[in-house]
Amino acid sequence: MTTSMSGIFLGLFRRDVRLAWSQGGTGTMALSFFLIAVTLFPFGVGPEPQVLARIAPGVIWVVALLACLISLDRMYQADFEDGSLDDLALSPLGLTGVVAAKTLAHWVSTVLPLVVASPLLGMLMNLPANGYGTLLLSLLLGTPALSLIGSVGAALTVSVRRGGVLLSLLVLPLYVPTLIFAVGAVDASVGLIDPAQPLALLAAVTLAALVVGPFASAAALRLSLE
Amino acid sequence: MHRFANPAEFNRLADRILPWAKLVLLVTLGAGLYLALFASPADYQQGQSVRIMYVHVPAAWMAMFTYMVVAGASFTAIVWRHPLALLAGKAAAPIGAVFTALALITGSLWGKPMWGTFWEWDGRMTSVLVLFFLYLGYMAIWRGIDEEDKAGRAASILALVGVINIPIIKFSVDWWNTLHQPASVIRLDGPTIHNDMLWPLLILALAYKAYFVIVFLWRMKLEINRRKLSVLRMARVSG
Repeated sequence: MTTSMSGIFLGLFRRDVRLAWSQGGTGTMALSFFLIAVTLFPFGVGPEPQVLARIAPGVIWVVALLACLISLDRMYQADFEDGSLDDLALSPLGLTGVVAAKTLAHWVSTVLPLVVASPLLGMLMNLPANGYGTLLLSLLLGTPALSLIGSVGAALTVSVRRGGVLLSLLVLPLYVPTLIFAVGAVDASVGLIDPAQPLALLAAVTLAALVVGPFASAAALRLSLE
Repeated sequence: MHRFANPAEFNRLADRILPWAKLVLLVTLGAGLYLALFASPADYQQGQSVRIMYVHVPAAWMAMFTYMVVAGASFTAIVWRHPLALLAGKAAAPIGAVFTALALITGSLWGKPMWGTFWEWDGRMTSVLVLFFLYLGYMAIWRGIDEEDKAGRAASILALVGVINIPIIKFSVDWWNTLHQPASVIRLDGPTIHNDMLWPLLILALAYKAYFVIVFLWRMKLEINRRKLSVLRMARVSG
């Protein structure tokens, strides 16, 4: 039983990752959005290196958050529309397990590429050298919370036509703590202060999201599947 | 509780509460406004602007209180499937959103003469702004999903996720605020406030609460009647 359950979990995970990177998937879309949107900021605020360095952590984090947001609305919708979500709900994994697999797949396929690309953008934004390590660490610790909280919003809006705008209204206020602690950590290490405290708080937010997220998402999906 | 799951029973209860609530509102609003606007002293630092506080502070209290009502109703709706709980959340949310907006607007009107700016990214203001967005999300999801019952339960899940998040948001915003700004804010500390100012504040808080009860019951009755109407219409179509 356990082998088959982990088999289903891995199968679902692999399928979602592959779908995200196939043609028209969200993986490439979110990554290109991330690159383009950050590039807009120097045009908006001017190319002075000090200004860019000051706002770099915030800009990179806010845009990563938005890139994650625009990929959320397809998280469950495609499977809901073609009926495979009904099928998956009946699998031995249970809906909570399905949610966990799909959330993990979302993070690996859509958000992890953003983390990998972030040093490049840090360079473009003139991020000071001592910020890179913390930027990467804060993204690794904080972005799982974005996927987990986003999953709740995606599940709530799964049956809403053009739910993207509604989704952003639901999810963005809940992203505030993640953003604050993450940027706080990067700012601290740029200012040569030990970033351990904000990083610990960031990890705490992610852990709390891990506790609440899958159950709330499963409850929300169950509503639409009735 | 489940006795009032019967809409007729609930309506009867509401009709019994409403006149008393109206009386309380009339008395407290009259007395509170008189005390706040005429009888209470001007503050030695803030001058007459301190009177904004009598409108502002109860609004901020009610903004929090109403969110707790929405969350409590959502919890009741999801756990016990109480049929009126969904409607209670739906009825309370817009009132809470208006209280939150009132708190923000009066706060910024007070901020202009006091801090010299309409908007300061003060920890409290920022978390109240986020609370306002949470209300908007709750109301938007009610509108976004066509089926009333599903919309209500989806909104309830959101309200409960939101209520877990409120302390986290509050803490993070306070943390962020102390990190980014020196504490240069003039604040009235709750318990050290003088009695001449405390009384009008408490009386007006009671007036706000009575106002909430009245509008909440009105909106509940409205929702119940609206449902009754749609059931009757369906019956006529099918019959």
